[in-house]
Amino acid sequence: MAEAHPVGFQWVIEAKKRGAKIIHVDPRFTRTSALAHSFVPVRAGADIAFLGGVVNYILSNEKDFREYVLAYTNASMIVSEEFQDTEDLDGLFSGFDPETRAYDQSSWQYAGQQDEGQEEGESHVDRETASGLEQESHGPPIPADVPRDPTLQDPRCVYQVLKRHYARYTPEVVERLCGVPQDKFLEVCEAWTANSGRERTTALVYSVGWTQHSVGVQYIRTGAIIQLLLGNMGRPGGGVMALRGHASIQGSTDIPTLFNLLPGYLPMPHVSQHETFGQWIDAIRHPEQKGFWANAKSYAVSLLKSYWGDAATEENDYGYGWLPRLTGDHGTYQQVLDMIDGKIKGYFLLGQNPAVGSAHGRAQRLGMANLDWLVVRDLFMIESATFWKNGPEVETGEIVPEQCKTEVFFMPAASHVEKEGTFTQTQRMLQWREKAVNPPGDARSELWFFYHLGRRLKARLGDSDKSRDEAIKNLTWEYGSSDEPEAELVLKEINGYDLESGKLLSSFTEMKPDGSTAGGCWIYTGVYKDGVNQAARRKPGSEQNYVAPEWGWAWPANRRTLYNRASADPEGNPWSERKKYVWWDAAKGEWTGDDVPDFEKTKPPSYRPPEGASGVEAISGDDAFIMQGDGKGWLYAPSGLIDGPMPTHYEPAESGVANPLYGQQANPTRKVYDRSDNLTNPSAPDRHAEVFPYVFSTSRLTEHHTAGGMSRQLPYLSELQPEMFVEVSPALAAERGLTHLGWAHIVTARAAIEARVMVTDRLRPLRIEGRTVHQLWMPYHWGGEGVVTGDSANDLIGITLDPNVLIQESKVGTCDIRAGRRPAGPGLLAYVKDYRRRAGLEDDSGK
Amino acid sequence: MGVRTWIEGWPVYRQLTGTDPLGRGAAAQSQRSKELTARTETADRVAKSVCPYCAVGCGQRVFVKDEKVVQIEGDPDSPISRGRLCPKGSASKSLVTSDRRQQKVLYRRPYGTEWESLDLDTAMDMIADRVLAAREQTWEDADADGRPLNRTLGISSLGGATLDNEENYIIKKLFTALGAIQIENQARI
Repeated sequence: MAEAHPVGFQWVIEAKKRGAKIIHVDPRFTRTSALAHSFVPVRAGADIAFLGGVVNYILSNEKDFREYVLAYTNASMIVSEEFQDTEDLDGLFSGFDPETRAYDQSSWQYAGQQDEGQEEGESHVDRETASGLEQESHGPPIPADVPRDPTLQDPRCVYQVLKRHYARYTPEVVERLCGVPQDKFLEVCEAWTANSGRERTTALVYSVGWTQHSVGVQYIRTGAIIQLLLGNMGRPGGGVMALRGHASIQGSTDIPTLFNLLPGYLPMPHVSQHETFGQWIDAIRHPEQKGFWANAKSYAVSLLKSYWGDAATEENDYGYGWLPRLTGDHGTYQQVLDMIDGKIKGYFLLGQNPAVGSAHGRAQRLGMANLDWLVVRDLFMIESATFWKNGPEVETGEIVPEQCKTEVFFMPAASHVEKEGTFTQTQRMLQWREKAVNPPGDARSELWFFYHLGRRLKARLGDSDKSRDEAIKNLTWEYGSSDEPEAELVLKEINGYDLESGKLLSSFTEMKPDGSTAGGCWIYTGVYKDGVNQAARRKPGSEQNYVAPEWGWAWPANRRTLYNRASADPEGNPWSERKKYVWWDAAKGEWTGDDVPDFEKTKPPSYRPPEGASGVEAISGDDAFIMQGDGKGWLYAPSGLIDGPMPTHYEPAESGVANPLYGQQANPTRKVYDRSDNLTNPSAPDRHAEVFPYVFSTSRLTEHHTAGGMSRQLPYLSELQPEMFVEVSPALAAERGLTHLGWAHIVTARAAIEARVMVTDRLRPLRIEGRTVHQLWMPYHWGGEGVVTGDSANDLIGITLDPNVLIQESKVGTCDIRAGRRPAGPGLLAYVKDYRRRAGLEDDSGK
Repeated sequence: MGVRTWIEGWPVYRQLTGTDPLGRGAAAQSQRSKELTARTETADRVAKSVCPYCAVGCGQRVFVKDEKVVQIEGDPDSPISRGRLCPKGSASKSLVTSDRRQQKVLYRRPYGTEWESLDLDTAMDMIADRVLAAREQTWEDADADGRPLNRTLGISSLGGATLDNEENYIIKKLFTALGAIQIENQARI
């Protein structure tokens, strides 16, 4: 956090000054470790073993916050008798189909729910379309009433199922798998549990060290389970805090430019799952479930009204038929492989540099070299614009400029001070930026580019009578009269209007399913509450309470802490005076507090739904998790996740360690692309794993940003961190004859790259399963363009994805490291090929 | 110059008599430093902005003089950042004012070996033509069972996560209406 989010880290230091204990768990000693009370080095890729050990500690010592757990989680709910655990099936849950490598999830559900199971065919589709848990209501519907055992003694209640699942994750096992000494591990468990409960809360902070794994979603689930068991969710100073890495990456998820989503986490329609408008709506709202997703039709119709205005009518299902349909995996990595295969004609890169920033850089560049055309919009000349001229494959002879057909348009972009608009930062907060100056020369905003592209396309298709062009012809596209479209008009469209009065909506609860409201992203409704751009509010922090509700605007409804109903006890009183946040004011008959309550304002804690209720009406006065189908925080996920209802330790896709816990080595449902241009290093216990004997991880430096497009171009930052390097421990340096500041090269089945060596005890060898495991670390910021240049760490990484979200495993892999520089030119290809041959990956038939 | 002014021009006098006994502030100030004026004081205007690097969302104040950015500083009013910026945020003036920034459209024709220049409007027209051609070549009305697809798999897009919400909104809106579904961004990575 101190490395990659330094200014956010000031609050950790503030907490430290007030007595908080700071624990840093990381494979590598960083600037965060330097300021923490306790640094816990851990093997990359073994986080579920570590966190599962914490769950086991909590449950076996009954350290959970029992009243919270009983009231707000699904601990007491009874799981189907059909369910079998990884502990029974050697690393698989019940329902696994080895053919599709997907689960029939029927047996994972609550008792009495079996009939509505998710079959493996649907689970396979969900993996292809990254729709596991894409919104809280995804998957089979959860009945509003589930059998429960409030004593938590029933062997099939979630609490007991969880306890059995993690019983083997003992401190001894944590030591063997993670390389963390038992006393060090127990110190973490004791600190975490002692600092949780009525009077205290513990915050859990993670970054892409968790998301970029073949089990990334389950890492985060394990963290969430701990925080729920300890009563840290929805409370001040608690929570699971995702430190996201880009100015508006939260915004680009909420208002997604993602293949599987429409704004506000509405799913893109799938050809078979959502053939009709009604099927699409019901898949989101699940008529018999609890919670605010029940109003999904209002959100969906309002979006379609924003897209197509008066042309979206009840008769034509508000234009649902114009939406394109998914048939499978259309994610960025599938696209790149399709580019290599010649299936894709044109590609837009909008402030993004996949030649350096995406996994498997060589595949990225070879894909771009096989397009008809490429549009690159950026501030600087980046590697993704020059792959045909200066890329590593030009050096090896794989790309010959005179033979490369790709037509490239470089379109200069406006910077953040040359346009107005909102970023959504990592806490879901929108902040409006004022424009300072005009962009120089031909530089333009994306808003300008897409507005004028759309204008041109509408003009060209204006006379078309083809049905396929109706969606463009009817698209509303009025964003002011000047050359630069008005961002405020777009934000107002996102917020939404009452179409009869023309008034801006103040809350998504005002949205209607009958076409009388429009709104482009329901969770952002309220950003224009009372006709005011709430994101532009800048009341100084010093003039507000510590929640600072009048600085910017957070979705939903300006709530700064989600699910904050849980900061009060079931009766609505604060758990303690010290941790008071949101509570029920009986005299006034409403919820109140320091934040906007995440609950219906006047629904009392004593409210119990009438029999047969569903949707918002079915949310009980103590159902703090109002978006969940059962109103509870999920210790056990009865539906939605592709790879299991509870996190289980699997080894990374590439690992020199045979999974000590199960016969199942890696995540059985991970998404793989089995192709000769995307080979995976062999893992233990298979033969040849020793060809790539070391574990590597990559991450950021304070002084650089992602693929370097905004940092390696700047002299100050380039001078601060001038060169690509690899960190190794003194022991590994001795083993491989590496010298500090000398050259080394790192090899995987995909590539060999070179870097300067930094020998440091910030990395230390770990004892895993009785043997020494060396880890090495690299920043991933370098490429061939800029003030400072170097080889790209992402070239080393292959494409294997988490099955729930299709994000690549790029935080851990295996490699070799050797002293000296890598071969240059065509010799490099032969060099890597020889490694593949030794690893048994080369097809000897000469194909 | 009077005697008093002369004496006060002597740092040790100021150090012994003034409010800066350690001689690390006002007492040590030279005449030259005294006459300097901060760019932030002479700016024509200040735009309230947000740092474009990581997702913490630190407040920035962008100082403008003669339609040029002359300084970017942390915004002390921000309850998130309280005026602080990290090395990258502090370098953001050099990001936006860099002479390495590309300011002109460039074009590489198929099989070309060098960049060529191209007029912005011409480039926009050429891109619009190519989008429609790619869409036409790869359009799918329905699948083998006759179920509607309404789409093209011939066009891809990958966005960075420094785009504004308003930009992402119209990008997704336009591509969706075109039937282009392979629209992705850094959040997948």
